[in-house]
Amino acid sequence: MKSTEKTTAGYAIEVQGGETTVHLYGTMDYSSAPGLVRQIGSEFHPPSGAPVVVDMQRVPYMDDFGVLVVLELKKIAAERHADFRIVGAGGRVEETLFLVGFDSLGKSYEINEKRQGIMVRLGQATIDIFSEFKYMIFFLGSICIALFHVFIHPRSLRTGDLFLYMQRAGVEALPIVGLISFLLGLIMAFMSSAQLQQFGAGVYVASLVSLAMTRELGPIMTAIIVAGRSGAAFAAEIGSMKISEEIDALTTMGFDPVRFLAVPKVLAAVLMVPLLTLFSDLFAMAGGLIVGIFMLDLSGRAYVAQTIYTLTLFDVFWGVGKSFVFAFLIAWIGCLKGFQVRGGATAVGEAATSAVVSGIFMIIVADSLFAVILRYW
Amino acid sequence: MTTRVMIKVQDLAGGYRDNLILDGISFEVYESEIFVVIGTSGCGKSTLMKHMIGLIEPDEGRIIIDGDDIRRSDESQFKRFLRKIGVLFQAGGLLGSMTVAENIALPLTEFTTLPPRLIDSIVEMKLNLVNLGGFGNRLPAELSGGMKKRAGLARAMALNPKILFFDEPSAGLDPTTSADLDNLILHLNRTLGTTMVIITHELQSIFTVAHRVVMLDSETKRIIAEGDPRDLRDHSRNATVRKFFNRLPAGAGLPEESK
Repeated sequence: MKSTEKTTAGYAIEVQGGETTVHLYGTMDYSSAPGLVRQIGSEFHPPSGAPVVVDMQRVPYMDDFGVLVVLELKKIAAERHADFRIVGAGGRVEETLFLVGFDSLGKSYEINEKRQGIMVRLGQATIDIFSEFKYMIFFLGSICIALFHVFIHPRSLRTGDLFLYMQRAGVEALPIVGLISFLLGLIMAFMSSAQLQQFGAGVYVASLVSLAMTRELGPIMTAIIVAGRSGAAFAAEIGSMKISEEIDALTTMGFDPVRFLAVPKVLAAVLMVPLLTLFSDLFAMAGGLIVGIFMLDLSGRAYVAQTIYTLTLFDVFWGVGKSFVFAFLIAWIGCLKGFQVRGGATAVGEAATSAVVSGIFMIIVADSLFAVILRYW
Repeated sequence: MTTRVMIKVQDLAGGYRDNLILDGISFEVYESEIFVVIGTSGCGKSTLMKHMIGLIEPDEGRIIIDGDDIRRSDESQFKRFLRKIGVLFQAGGLLGSMTVAENIALPLTEFTTLPPRLIDSIVEMKLNLVNLGGFGNRLPAELSGGMKKRAGLARAMALNPKILFFDEPSAGLDPTTSADLDNLILHLNRTLGTTMVIITHELQSIFTVAHRVVMLDSETKRIIAEGDPRDLRDHSRNATVRKFFNRLPAGAGLPEESK
């Protein structure tokens, strides 16, 4: 270890016998090198083909930023098809040149990966979609087996976790589900009242709100809210556990990670979302009732009577049944995205986003299927 | 060895909230020295490092790095201090969303005005320095533990700091990789003259790289030994120190007690 007295860095050019010698001197480091590189780039123009020799005898210290200066000289020589060599580099300077791999610089490192042909990428994307689909089915099977196992051995259910997720996915979602549904009912009644009143059919606002909510909007809105709240949370939680090797630890301890982590979430969602849907229906009807009383001059009793007259038990069960399926889809996709996490923190974020987007997509697809089934009932 | 003081820790007392872990710690680290902080688990080595790199403020005492007193309250001084240090964290501390090359280029693009062409060259050289040439396009998740540490080291050295801090560099590495890392530390110290502060309890590493060590003690919360590691192993009068260097359990009697 030697002390490094800093000396001003610079260079001098000497042309002799057809060779251009660049005498470098001084400490070439982080602070001096960038300026020197710029200076050389604009001032150094050796004749084409004439060998360039870099003399480093008077360089007491050079770090990798200093190597940039030598690299610049090498680049200029190469552009002029001139030979290039270094002389007088001794001790630490030589070692630095060796450690940074000076001779191979520019060869081993490419910042942009080569892009593959469009057919290759198309093929790869198709394979990816199929393998994703395969994993989805595999994971669905794992959940079904785990649920079946819990059904046969109820004591293997982690009831503590189940209640926790029931609270998080259900109870804690009630205020936002209630508020949104109430406002939705209010808006629906408000918009339709203007039209229906023209025909003296104001009372049918109650029918519209109750039927639309119980059959379609209640289950859909509730499922979308739960997908946004809990689907993302499930994916992020399992994903974080995945990258911190907690899931590997569970597996090595002999737990089935799906049964341990996914089953309480799936059950909690399946139990709570139908209840939330019923609340959503009620809150929306309350919103409609407000409009009915204050804008349509209906009595509360008339509004409720019309609602009861319109709704059949089938409508309510149909909506609740749909929400039951939606809940399963949300929890399935949320857990699936969590288990698929590979890499670091970004992957967890992507999984959460993907859980919400895919969850909502699945809900809409399922709802379309329900509509078709109902049509041919 | 020069005697220019690079780090001066004076009467440091600190820890987390009400939990005092270090008390009355004073030492100096000289320029271009490899200084190793040792001690049993829980003795406050990592806490000491967190104080020295400005992550937590000491309750009492001062830390002077290259003439600057570290205080978070003086923002410009604190920024100047941060430019003088590089830290290799235990797991590398690489940003998972960026490739290794992008991780190393991050401080260079943020704190220098170098054109992208030169930054690419610097990144390539840093990768060669840590023997990771050709791995620039990999994501941290695609690297092994040892490679992550070396990539973390390349990033810590991006701006050629005067002082490099290492938090348990050999933790979780196999003996060969660990020895490689020790060699790398020695090489970098010799060629670039960087001052290095290493937190470790790996005996092999200590004997290979350390110019000087201090040993912390969890009971007294103070430094109980300072000097050349071989000297301490062979001649220390302190039982804790000798047990540490001879890999003896805390409850064991010393075979060389009579010495």
